Amino acid sequence: MAARTATAPGAPTSRLGKVAVEFDDRLIVAGPLRRTLNKVFPDHWSFLLGEIALYAFIILLLSGTYLTFFFDASMTEVVYEGSYAPLRGVEMSAAYDSALQLSFDVRGGLFMRQIHHWAALLFVAAIVVHLFRIFFTGAFRRPRETNWLIGVVMLVLALLMGVTGYTLPDDLLSGTGLRIISAILLSVPVIGTWAHFAVFNGDFVGTEIIGRFYIAHVLIIPAILLALIAVHLLVLVKQKHTQFPGPGRTEHNVVGNRLFPAFAGKATGLLFIVFGVCAALGGLVQINPVWLWGPYNPSQVSAASQPDWYIMFLDGSTRLFPAWDINLPGDYTIPALFWPTVVVAGLMFTALAVYPMVERKLTGDTASHHLLQRPRDVPVRTSLGTMAIAFYVILMLSGGNDVIAEKFDISLNAMTWVGRIGVIIIPPIVYVFTYRICLGLERHDREVLEHGIETGVLRRLPHGEFIEVHQPLGPVDEHGHGILAYGGAPVPKRMNQVGGARRAIRGFFTPIEEPSRVELEQRHEDHGQAAAESARELTSSGRPADGGRPQEPRD
Amino acid sequence: MSTRDSRPGSTGGADVAGPLHGGPDDDYTPEQLAAMPREELDRLGARYDGVEILHVDPGPEPGTPVERRAVRQVGLTFALAGLAALAFVVVYVGSGWFLPDWHWEITDSGWSVLFTPLLGALMGLAFILVGVGLVLYTKKLLPHETAVQDKHDGSHFDRVTTGATLVGGLHDSGLARRKLLTRSLAFMGGGLGLMLLMPLGGLIKNPNKGDPLGTTSWAEGVRLVRDDGTPIRPGDQEPGSLETVFPAVPGGNRESDAPTMLFRLRPEQVDVLRPREGHEDFNYGDYVAFSKICTHAGCPVSLYEQETSRILCPCHQSMFDITQGAKPIFGPATRPLPQLPITVDDEGYLVARSDYIEAVGPTYWNRERI
Repeated sequence: MAARTATAPGAPTSRLGKVAVEFDDRLIVAGPLRRTLNKVFPDHWSFLLGEIALYAFIILLLSGTYLTFFFDASMTEVVYEGSYAPLRGVEMSAAYDSALQLSFDVRGGLFMRQIHHWAALLFVAAIVVHLFRIFFTGAFRRPRETNWLIGVVMLVLALLMGVTGYTLPDDLLSGTGLRIISAILLSVPVIGTWAHFAVFNGDFVGTEIIGRFYIAHVLIIPAILLALIAVHLLVLVKQKHTQFPGPGRTEHNVVGNRLFPAFAGKATGLLFIVFGVCAALGGLVQINPVWLWGPYNPSQVSAASQPDWYIMFLDGSTRLFPAWDINLPGDYTIPALFWPTVVVAGLMFTALAVYPMVERKLTGDTASHHLLQRPRDVPVRTSLGTMAIAFYVILMLSGGNDVIAEKFDISLNAMTWVGRIGVIIIPPIVYVFTYRICLGLERHDREVLEHGIETGVLRRLPHGEFIEVHQPLGPVDEHGHGILAYGGAPVPKRMNQVGGARRAIRGFFTPIEEPSRVELEQRHEDHGQAAAESARELTSSGRPADGGRPQEPRD
Repeated sequence: MSTRDSRPGSTGGADVAGPLHGGPDDDYTPEQLAAMPREELDRLGARYDGVEILHVDPGPEPGTPVERRAVRQVGLTFALAGLAALAFVVVYVGSGWFLPDWHWEITDSGWSVLFTPLLGALMGLAFILVGVGLVLYTKKLLPHETAVQDKHDGSHFDRVTTGATLVGGLHDSGLARRKLLTRSLAFMGGGLGLMLLMPLGGLIKNPNKGDPLGTTSWAEGVRLVRDDGTPIRPGDQEPGSLETVFPAVPGGNRESDAPTMLFRLRPEQVDVLRPREGHEDFNYGDYVAFSKICTHAGCPVSLYEQETSRILCPCHQSMFDITQGAKPIFGPATRPLPQLPITVDDEGYLVARSDYIEAVGPTYWNRERI
């Protein structure tokens, strides 16, 4: 045991160090831990969108667990005796009764319920925005198709999570939604009635459905989601993060901050901010006040009954689809409701899921990509994406077309027709517009690379012509054209972005640093106007001479 | 008696590493590592993980106004977060103790109205301040480094060696040759799979047995009653009015397919009344009764515009014209609302003459066949 004396070189002397060694002796974690801490994450705000979804999911798990302590997923009829006076003595299901109990008789229960609902809205929203980022930057390309597919499945599960969740309180609004779910199930050709009877245990509404939705909502779907999130993150860690092109960034490296401490600090900060935003919304902004809707009653409904935002597109497509039942020989019917719900949603998510494979097939691009694309550089994909978003947004707005019609005093029928025609003609128009904008942006990048940045400095030539002085971004050829090629990275377009001005002196009310020090520092780091100061020869116009400074185009 | 075990490897750290052992522990002796400064060790470890630190922008210099200011900001943010969290605790615990009660009453306008917003504001503030503090800390006080990590594609060596192991195992099992085994394995898999699916059969119910989708509680002689159970005489309703009625059976007012709209038409509506074929005698005088359950998605249709004789479903905006046998005239609904045949019983109350003659509610695959 001579090798293990306190004098051994490198043996820890501090208490914490000794504990760490004891720990590592048993678990052998030093190696993996170092690899984790040293993992490099690229630094871009858009890479944090998925994290928001993850943090919202954590809030959902925590607040949802709390809610289960009080919620009773039973459809037994009870008479309300709680503290909300307007409903006292009213017959309702035990589920609705316990939702009221949670809102009025549990200290902070309403707060938790509202946090849960807001976090759910944020969860789906963050997933959708994260998906947009992945789509428009081409981050789904090989080798990341697996994670794209997992992501799409998680989006669908998140929607199911939402639907099963907001059905649980068994209030008038959610009951109406449940009735529509029942009609959608019935509308499926051949197996519709069988599926409905399997899910509802009989005709609408029965006594089972809340209990079944409950177990799906609190156990089955969250368990699948949790497993998929784990796989999603493992694949991400294994494949390493994508990055935007830029200096030193290649297909074979990741440039950024190490996990510890910089990235961990920012990510934890974001976690707390997401928690905080949900808590603030949950307390300050009322959402789904179930006591105002009343218990579910199949003969009652409230006008302007909209689902949560992520289901509105289905409500919209259902409103817009024409009354086309298809009658088949043998007196079988394919109900009109089947198309805008099952078929539209099915096609939308299938198209989303297979997009990476389709693009790979059509472009023939089977290479591995770790560098992202700017949306403008892939105009077809970008335009397809905006076209799909336009389609989705029109459906979503149509889901609230009765509210729009009422608020703006428009005919409801006119709104329906606007939606019907709009959903067909607006997406292609959006496609063309996006395509042109992408081309315009691409061209402008090329132009700046070739002719330089507009400096805003006008000069009069000896023969009287006025020209604007341009700052080339790099070396130029004999005609004065820049020879830098476009590299997929943003091209600086303002003088300040290439160090045309020194950085601002820090301090909000008064400067907190010595201006002269900043100037020295800049000169030392050799960028900005300050750096050029020493080498500057003044021309007669007081402008710097041509040594790497603004130049006039020579053709 | 001795616990000493003399077999190799049983004496703790004194054993000798096997010949296949390797890696950094062979490259660096503890003495070499002990001689390195911490920063160098950090970079050495990073290099082993394929990470190179290119550039470090070492945060603000200690003691400068920039640093003091940043420390003050971060410290203040964290302190405020703690304060907000404590305030949350005070509001949560104190309400109903030394603060007013948090229970909400409909007439109340004081503390109980503020309770939930206060909880949200304080918890939100606490969390957001922690987040902001952390971000400020990272941005203003930590060194900013730029690191590069190598990204490796799959290793050819790994693929070939793993492949050899897998194929070797498969070869040794002889499954490729032993056809009987593969077939029986496939058969077994199919059988077990089916067996495990079977319990789901408990969910299956026959929707065609007894036609539950096509029948309601309405039947010959069942009275039309209001939600509170009172029956209706023909004189009770004003012309142009609508009342939701239910079958006078136990639980009739909670049944999902039974709700029915009873209209008393105005004389001008009666003049233009054009019932559907086969429904000519379903009305009783100027009374007509239609199912309240939309034929589109099953919502209760309930917005009656008596000027135009239209009834609108608030869910998807289907419109039905009650003077034309509740035919759909706009929106996604495809079928008219089913009409309930009504008459008056001996005591002069409105009753149904039979159940609906077609299935109520949304369309389904074999609706026309039952």
